[in-house]
Amino acid sequence: MAGLGNLDPAMEVRILLPEPLFLVKSMKITERDVIQVARLARLRLRPEEIEPMTGQLNAILDYFETLQQVDTTDIPPATHAVAMTNAVRDDICAPSLMPEAALRNAPETEQSFFKVPKIIET
Amino acid sequence: MADNLAALTIHELHGLLKSRTVSAREVTDAVLDRIAAVEGSVHAYITVLADTAREQAAHADRQLAQGDAHYLTGIPLAIKDILCTSGIRTTCGSKMLEHFIPPYDATVIASLKKHAAVFVGKANMDEFAMGSSNETSFFGLVRNPWDLERVPGGSSGGSAAAVAADECIAALGTDTGGSIRQPAALCGVVGMKPTYGRVSRYGLIAFASSLDQVGPITKDVEDAAVLLTCISGYDPKDSTSINAPVPDYRNALVPEVRGMKIGIPREYFIEGLDPEVEAAVRTALDVLQEQGAEIREISLPHTRYAVAVYYLIAPAEASSNLARYDGVKYGFRCADPANLHEMYEQTRSEGFGTEVKRRIMLGTYALSAGYYDAYYKKASQVRTLIRQDFDKAFAACDVIATPTAPTPAFRLGEKLNDPLSMYLSDIFTIPANLAGLPGISVPCGFSTEGLPIGLQFIGNVLQEEKVLRCAYCYEQSTLWHTRKPALT
Repeated sequence: MAGLGNLDPAMEVRILLPEPLFLVKSMKITERDVIQVARLARLRLRPEEIEPMTGQLNAILDYFETLQQVDTTDIPPATHAVAMTNAVRDDICAPSLMPEAALRNAPETEQSFFKVPKIIET
Repeated sequence: MADNLAALTIHELHGLLKSRTVSAREVTDAVLDRIAAVEGSVHAYITVLADTAREQAAHADRQLAQGDAHYLTGIPLAIKDILCTSGIRTTCGSKMLEHFIPPYDATVIASLKKHAAVFVGKANMDEFAMGSSNETSFFGLVRNPWDLERVPGGSSGGSAAAVAADECIAALGTDTGGSIRQPAALCGVVGMKPTYGRVSRYGLIAFASSLDQVGPITKDVEDAAVLLTCISGYDPKDSTSINAPVPDYRNALVPEVRGMKIGIPREYFIEGLDPEVEAAVRTALDVLQEQGAEIREISLPHTRYAVAVYYLIAPAEASSNLARYDGVKYGFRCADPANLHEMYEQTRSEGFGTEVKRRIMLGTYALSAGYYDAYYKKASQVRTLIRQDFDKAFAACDVIATPTAPTPAFRLGEKLNDPLSMYLSDIFTIPANLAGLPGISVPCGFSTEGLPIGLQFIGNVLQEEKVLRCAYCYEQSTLWHTRKPALT
């Protein structure tokens, strides 16, 4: 996996997981899947974290399979806890955070900008 | 009197403050003294705010001198460290926000300040509110005041422990899957999660936005009503807040349940429910029946799926919400990243703890290509069925009564390496979050080991008054809430 560190970050979202294992009850999420999910989530697991994470995620995913017992044909997914139509407020100018307040917690700034490591190699 | 000011309730202190029998400064000093005495054992706080609390108390005393006293004026409160406090460090229990100083107040904080409440500290919590034991805090675990070898519950473990140990008069917590009610039950205090949308989430650091709600943790039901009245209401800064009038919830405190129909879901009395918890809850139902309530069995058939639904939906929302911690705008950034990509990965890997990473992983997996329908969509559909269960139940009863947690407080470390077992401790509190319903936990007895047991009442949307009335009537018929842990 080490070589993937040099990929353009934008490309990595296209790394697809294997075909859904969900329907094949005997198969479980592998350590390789865990590493791939971590990359999608912008996490880097230490080598010693991978095995326990794989075991725990497998146990949790197994538990989730109980949901397959429920017939959800024609049941709409819940999108809100309490149903509400679009909430809009009047478009009125009002004070918001000043740039210095918005920048105060940033690890690195320059003038009125957030500063990050170089993105485009020249 | 001055010796035990910290042990009093909001409504008891309000009388003393208003009549100028005691000053806000004396009350605040009493609470700060109590914190100094027991905090070494309990560790309920991430940050104690002694200096600003004394300034706020002085301000409250000036208000009181002018005869301008709200119920919360001069009352020392603990604030869960997930609520943004302008100019005061707000960590969310995480290394990621160890040095984060919010530039604004959460709406609930602004409401409390308007009435000159006093903030004695930012309460400890599970990291990003992800936990049921308060053991995932970057700043160290909290101990249960009733037994220092046991957990206080979570994620608002610091808030509940601070109330139980008299390290504050009352507290604010937040509840995504039981994080107010479960620690309140385990610490022997009152905790209430309002209807989703009743209280503004503006300035509440997001975990799972469709489930999070702010609510009170207090020494009795009357105090819960007082705090809830103050923090409720529409907020244009939270597009999910409900635009409905806010009653004075104290008016609901009628010690009378005659004719009220209380539903008992048969699916909540299951294998795995501690026999002492079951006995205490059944005895409590007898008390309510003697008071004239009509107890009837109801069914919430999809209860057994609630934990699975919750642990798909909440991590899915969390994986999205926590994407903002990228080392750019605020919070921790790793040292000397070689490039942008390394900065993201290294910052997040060093800044988040194990449980937070586990949930981000779960959520990312559940939302990823090829798995979305099988996990996230399926869970959202079952969430609809859980909501429909409640709709049917409330056609037959006013309020639902259940145990709050399946067991009393468990031992520190007992479930830390078994996340599934930890998740199942939320089994009775999660359904109300999924359906957006108000719920309260009140003390209803003690185990033979002297550990508190909680009774939960759940109401329909915006039916906080019925929930408070049942809880108040039960509380006033018993004396469980007056017991205090023997902390020295």
